Amino acid sequence: MSVSFGASRTADGWQFRALRHPSFLAGAVLTALVMTIAAVSLHWTPWDPTAIDIPAKFQPPSTAHWFGTDQFGRDVLAMIMRGAVTSIAVSIFAVGLGAGVGVPLGLLAAQQRGFADQAIMRASDFVFAFPALLIAIMLREVFGPGATNAVVAIGIFNIPVFARVAYGAALPLWTRDFVLAARVAGKGLVRITVEHILPNMVSLVIVQATIQLSLGILAEAALSYVGLGVQPPAPSWGRMLNEAQTLMGLAPRLALIPGFAIIVTVLGLNLLGDGLRDIFDPRLARER
Amino acid sequence: MALLDIQGLSLSINGALILQDVSLAIEPGETLGLVGESGSGKSMTALSVMRLLPRGAQTNGSIRFDGQDLAALPEPDMCRIRGRRVGMIFQEPMTALNPLKTVGDQVAEGFVLHLRLTRAEAARRAQAVLERVGLPATEISLGRYPHELSGGQRQRVVIAMAVALAPPLLIADEPTTALDVTTQAQILKLLRELIRENGSSLLLITHDLSVVNAMADRVAIMRAGEIVEQGRGGGLSGAITHPYAKALLNASSLPPRVTSAAAPTSRPILEVKNLVRAYALPRRSLFRAAPRRLAVDNVSFTVAKGESLGLVGESGCGKSTTARAILALEAVQGGSIAFAGQDTSKLRGAEMAAFRRRVQMVFQDPYGSFDPRHKAGRIVGEPLRLLGRECDPQSARRRVDEALTEVGLDPADADKYPHEFSGGQRQRLAIARALITRPDLIVLDEPVSALDVSVRAQVLKLLTELQKRLGLTYLFISHDLAVVRAITDRVLVMRAGKVVEAGPTPKVLGAPEHPYTRELVAASLHLDAILSERTAASLPDAAGC
Repeated sequence: MSVSFGASRTADGWQFRALRHPSFLAGAVLTALVMTIAAVSLHWTPWDPTAIDIPAKFQPPSTAHWFGTDQFGRDVLAMIMRGAVTSIAVSIFAVGLGAGVGVPLGLLAAQQRGFADQAIMRASDFVFAFPALLIAIMLREVFGPGATNAVVAIGIFNIPVFARVAYGAALPLWTRDFVLAARVAGKGLVRITVEHILPNMVSLVIVQATIQLSLGILAEAALSYVGLGVQPPAPSWGRMLNEAQTLMGLAPRLALIPGFAIIVTVLGLNLLGDGLRDIFDPRLARER
Repeated sequence: MALLDIQGLSLSINGALILQDVSLAIEPGETLGLVGESGSGKSMTALSVMRLLPRGAQTNGSIRFDGQDLAALPEPDMCRIRGRRVGMIFQEPMTALNPLKTVGDQVAEGFVLHLRLTRAEAARRAQAVLERVGLPATEISLGRYPHELSGGQRQRVVIAMAVALAPPLLIADEPTTALDVTTQAQILKLLRELIRENGSSLLLITHDLSVVNAMADRVAIMRAGEIVEQGRGGGLSGAITHPYAKALLNASSLPPRVTSAAAPTSRPILEVKNLVRAYALPRRSLFRAAPRRLAVDNVSFTVAKGESLGLVGESGCGKSTTARAILALEAVQGGSIAFAGQDTSKLRGAEMAAFRRRVQMVFQDPYGSFDPRHKAGRIVGEPLRLLGRECDPQSARRRVDEALTEVGLDPADADKYPHEFSGGQRQRLAIARALITRPDLIVLDEPVSALDVSVRAQVLKLLTELQKRLGLTYLFISHDLAVVRAITDRVLVMRAGKVVEAGPTPKVLGAPEHPYTRELVAASLHLDAILSERTAASLPDAAGC
């Protein structure tokens, strides 16, 4: 089509699109809420989340204990708040590990092609075949359970994901004329990767990171649920679910509240990821 | 009564005014050429007729087709008109065809949809239509997929789809822009025959004045969403009184190059000997070596200092591959390339930097050759890194300003992003980038084929001036013989990886010896020739162009 749309460029800017994007806004608000609760819990919680008070066990929600208490009399609200820190910290470090190793590997494979490409991507396929749970079990056999193991297990699981995303995004960029122009200007392959390839694909990595963050929170909850994550007494949403499963008939809220916290956090991050994808790719936004 | 009558059509998309008071009429059996540069609203006019506008579009005015007001028609009725009564041929045949359906199914679709024929009957009719557009069953079976066909064959399939039901009105939107010259001539001939046979009217949208001249009974010229001039008859000559129309016409007929800057005996700056570039094809058998395709097959030539050498041929003939090999961007499988006496395959480190500094390149699509995230100043200054310590940040900034001024841009443009420039300005930017290291040789790969005619003339003029002033040597790659005639001293004609003819440009294009060159020259529509044929009396000054 030989017509340029007359819309002004400034109104097309990503900040502008972000403010008008409903799922981005909803996601950003939910994520900010969870982050704020986690940050507040580091300095203040209504009760000590680890303080056991057996006489006060199974108290229903009240003005003193908004979400009630559990079978050991611990305040559920305090545990949820501190549990957010665990979930978010494990997930962020795991995504950082995955992106920090996976993105450079994917970029390197796309840059070198040939043998290096095959070696990196086949190795990444091999790692991809191991679920995070299996990695966590193997790590526990060697190092014992703990938050660090959860981070490493989920992080290793994330590496091939980020390697694939980076590789897939970088390959078509290498065929573009501006890369050829950079070579004519005397730039080496590494410099082209850093100055041209990476900035042009970083938005995809950010979008993938938000999605992996939400998966990381689920994975942390799953690992804690089977006892491979954070160890007691440190609170964790996954372990709260685990401990609540035998008490479902007695106090269903003990399972429902952490479950709801997981849903809200994952939903917020997914909406944020969807929104970011649309905002970074104006073509998708226009078709909506 | 006119078959299609557009009165006072205005169109805005998301508030931006695209078309303003467009009035056009096409009589039965008539061919109307709608000419204009990119962004002038030609395609949007066609899409308004088909009611296929993007979301957020608002139209005003009336579009009457065969007495019916199309604007007021409900969508189901409009579906019956599209394809059955109005056929459309698109520019890019690869994207206009569904890659997952066979060509037979795609042509038969219209018969099933509109005439409710059985699949077998529709397939039989599709076969007949494909035969009519020059794709007999012996050559192309109905079961072939679009990717298995050549560009020209695909466009024939698209035409078959459009004419299958013999609609009274055909709309062809740049039907030959994506095709090579020889294919273009065949496709235009086919279109002309088909509309004559079916008695159809044709709305031909193009930016190419030679195409419109060869085809149209009447011409309307569009600019910035308005019809600036509409001829009464007699092809293009009926529509050249408006200054814009005249400017467009002048820009389309490029004067041939007159003087050669280089003495033919001067020392060659570039020597290419028996160059071979082969690509490995997918393996057919595990035990046999992968087959190879020769993209460049034993090519030899020299370029003298200060000369402008043209490299001509159709797409896929190996022109661009040769260029990339010369720039040492790709490994070669045979032969040698020597620049200023040095074998380029042996250059490393500082020698390579010195070579890159002396040989620069301008790409076909300027927009694609800029990193969209960098500003113009950074883009233009990028090759300065080749100068190493000779160039400190202050002098770098000064050189960027100089280069921008040299190509007719403002130094203040350095702070803009590529998308803020027009097509012609972007190509100037690309030329500025190529000039900034003061190179000896510039390889220009189709530098004007993505530009509108008026911009094309300006860029060619700029290139000629720069060559004179800075003593540059050009290797100019193009498929457009008019452009090659305007800018080169000597020309090489390439076909399927081989050089088939070489010599001074006026001689090779004026009196071609090789049959392929003759075919190329005959196929390229000579605007001047057609013009002088059609309007010898009314346009005395065009004959000299």
